[in-house]
Amino acid sequence: MKAVVVIFPGSNRERDLCAALARVTGHEPVRVWHRDASLPEADLIVLPGGFAYGDYLRCGAMAAHSPIMHDVRRRAADGVPMLGICNGFQILTEAGILPGALLPNRSLRFTCRDIHLRVENNQTIFTCGYEAGQTIRVPVAHHDGNYTADPDTLDRLEDGGLVAFRYCGPDGGLSEAANFNGSARAIAGIFNDTRTVLGLMPHPENATDPLLGSTDGRALFAGLVGALQ
Amino acid sequence: MTGGSNVTPALAAELGLTGEEFERAVAILGRTPNLTELGIFSAMWSEHCSYKSSKIWLKTLPTTGPRVICGPGENAGVVDIGDGDAVVFKIESHNHPSFIEPYQGAATGVGGILRDVFTMGARPIAILDSLRFGSPDHPRTRHLVSGVVSGIGGYGNCVGVPTVGGECEFHPSYDGNILVNAMCVGLARADRIFYSAAAGPGNLVIYVGAKTGRDGIHGATMASAEFSADAGAKRPTVQVGDPFTEKLLIEACLELMEGDAIVAIQDMGAAGLTSSSVEMAGKGGLGIELDLDRVPVRETGMSAYEIMLSESQERMLMILRPGSERDARRIFEKWELDFAVIGRVTETGRLVLRMNGEIAAEIPVAPLVTAAPLYERPWRRRAPEPEVDPASLPERDPLDCLRRLLASATLASKRWIWEQYDHLVMGNTVRRPGADAAVVRVSAPGNTIFKALALATDCTPRYCRADPVRGGAQAVAESWRNLTAAGAEPLALTDNMNFGNPERPEIMGEFVGAIEGMREACVALAYPVVSGNVSLYNETNGSAILPTPVIGGVGLIVDARGAVDLALKHDGDALILIGETCGHLGCTLYLREIEGSEAGPPPMVDLTAERRNGDLVRAEIRAGHITACHDLSDGGLLAAIAEMAIAGGRGLVLDPFSGALPRNAFLFGEDQARYVVETAVPDAVLGAARAAGVPARVIGVVGGGALTLTGAGAISVDALKAANEAWLPGYMAQA
Repeated sequence: MKAVVVIFPGSNRERDLCAALARVTGHEPVRVWHRDASLPEADLIVLPGGFAYGDYLRCGAMAAHSPIMHDVRRRAADGVPMLGICNGFQILTEAGILPGALLPNRSLRFTCRDIHLRVENNQTIFTCGYEAGQTIRVPVAHHDGNYTADPDTLDRLEDGGLVAFRYCGPDGGLSEAANFNGSARAIAGIFNDTRTVLGLMPHPENATDPLLGSTDGRALFAGLVGALQ
Repeated sequence: MTGGSNVTPALAAELGLTGEEFERAVAILGRTPNLTELGIFSAMWSEHCSYKSSKIWLKTLPTTGPRVICGPGENAGVVDIGDGDAVVFKIESHNHPSFIEPYQGAATGVGGILRDVFTMGARPIAILDSLRFGSPDHPRTRHLVSGVVSGIGGYGNCVGVPTVGGECEFHPSYDGNILVNAMCVGLARADRIFYSAAAGPGNLVIYVGAKTGRDGIHGATMASAEFSADAGAKRPTVQVGDPFTEKLLIEACLELMEGDAIVAIQDMGAAGLTSSSVEMAGKGGLGIELDLDRVPVRETGMSAYEIMLSESQERMLMILRPGSERDARRIFEKWELDFAVIGRVTETGRLVLRMNGEIAAEIPVAPLVTAAPLYERPWRRRAPEPEVDPASLPERDPLDCLRRLLASATLASKRWIWEQYDHLVMGNTVRRPGADAAVVRVSAPGNTIFKALALATDCTPRYCRADPVRGGAQAVAESWRNLTAAGAEPLALTDNMNFGNPERPEIMGEFVGAIEGMREACVALAYPVVSGNVSLYNETNGSAILPTPVIGGVGLIVDARGAVDLALKHDGDALILIGETCGHLGCTLYLREIEGSEAGPPPMVDLTAERRNGDLVRAEIRAGHITACHDLSDGGLLAAIAEMAIAGGRGLVLDPFSGALPRNAFLFGEDQARYVVETAVPDAVLGAARAAGVPARVIGVVGGGALTLTGAGAISVDALKAANEAWLPGYMAQA
């Protein structure tokens, strides 16, 4: 599987992501600079976490207008698998590739900790490594992860099986407390209509190494490799 | 060139120079300095830049060792960690700016210490923050906590360097002077370290990074004076941080450092362009000429004085090898950073500044650096505190006392703080905040080597106030112990000396005493000082902070898979207390929080016992005999055991034998050189302890959902956790 990671000025989780991909695929992904005009051939395109352009405007708003985004949009439309994590998810929504927006967390504070996710739909290339309804533990690290969209869009996501993950408790139950950032319907990650694009706020790439305490994120990458081979 | 007609001793005094220092500047120049030159003397001879009150004492600290590559004097210390790797680290204060404008003050403190580390060629891999605030009841404390924590997070999270540890305490002595000390740790190749000494007359001097504005002018001078009631009026001297530019600067500098273009490099920290250019020239024994018209500025009409003394952030000065300018420029332009040739190295030994076709300043460099004033200020030792007899204190329910201690501001969980820091980015955080030491892997992910660093910051200021010598030794010993408790070999430390006004003999006595204690401990533990920072004048209206020599320690873990933490792991394991318990209650947290007294001397620090006990614990961890380990400090044995239970979500039955000691002296005394370890093989651990001559005995067994104290009842681990975790979020939620 050939993975390409798009680097924006201010990306800062590209190393974590490349390490996770290398751990699963056995080789380093290709890194592409945001000012490049086009992407190389790829089986998977990833937008990593960070603070593109410092996120001084809205998160992801500047990066969505980087030169490379023209080709990113085209590839997404062509159905090339695409993964946006944290800031990458914010950029995908700002670029209109995924619906909705990420508002500041309900606490108005940056939050870095392990949370639990419920896998809502495992019939996709991204989630096929999990059981439907499975609970996994992965970290979050963001200030603006409070997913929002208009009610029609939310209904469409729900009805179409386009909700990928929801924040939940350790037992898989939904609650106000488990939905720590206040996301609409506890949504932590969504697919596009063709389920070839996944955007999520949590960091599965930081849960792929037993030395660091959790390997629950590994199945996402391993599942992708399996599905794309 | 003519002297400034309006430069007078009175103006010099306003800029912080004494009459004698002003005369010395006049003698060096052979004329009255102009305003720009006066500003340069004032900044370079400020306490912050010159260490004029502290230098003769700092020199007495041990700074060498078999692993030390570079000790104090450069931007950061460098220590060999094998396999061609080096760890580069330093701690630095941003106390005064953080009190005036907490968000920007703390943020730029992080930015500054990051630059100190990547200037040396190291990629920053971890940040730690040692914070001290005033009483929780003080009207400004909540605002300061909130601002400082979001400032640190705002900067560190954005640059993508994990904030993995630190400490946070509250005490009324910090009401008017909070402490914000930031430590950065970086990783470099041992044969690719970059230094700041200028070389090669004719070589170009390059300015890179952000543009220069009017922010932070004379910040170094501000940081060298006491506050009066109008501290808020100094807000314009606080700099504004831009972590996004810093991130670009890190990447651009490290990219350039892969080649051979750089002769010397220095970040523009306190006193900005002044101190960076003077230090580079001074260390190289050379001169430097700068054309200030070529300095990138973000405001119009800036004077030479303003350009030289601005403390705008995210800027670096470099000297490049001839012929490498074009490649260097390409890298910085890729990262959308300013890159300007602003001068050249000369053989004259003089700092010459040109602007608008005129010479704006001309000062001989050597006297500016080497003839900087040095003071051996008078000092006075404090009378020792009388001992506190534990038998004189009332008997109290130990579990009730424990619950109160865990909910005290000092021991309360700081989760509310460190969850606002990205402590996971870079994917190497093996042990997260909240333990004795953070553990960060340094080998590449996926590598079969599992090398890691243990990192911690420590100080017990109340000990330092009661007995500066013992307190200084204890701070070093506790740092060494915290690294040991993670299974690490302590390598070296960086110190942040936070004190009051050194012109007062009792404050200078605190400083001298702390250094003496630190020196004894560093020597006994083979734990040298490789970098550091001094912050004096932490006083408001004549009231000083507790003396606070913060120790930032770095230790090496050969195989991170064998590192331990403090969380209890398995029911049925034995708990062993390592070290001797004498029931020392003077100056303890128990005495302060339960009895409302700060009386008594701090506990004895027996450095021979420290070393022997720590070496045993480390060996037993490496032998795989130990499943959890915690050093004993604030709150003594019972607080440590409770923290282990909370971290593991698991109870225990404690059956300590207190002998002739009053029970609470045994449970809450703060005798040093002690650890609690959890083990499945108690006989092996006890045997090793016996062989090493280390006092050790089984005091309990892991299991159940409560902390049960034989003869005194039980308290559930959930209740302990609730008491420990509720305080800080509750406090911060109050309007």
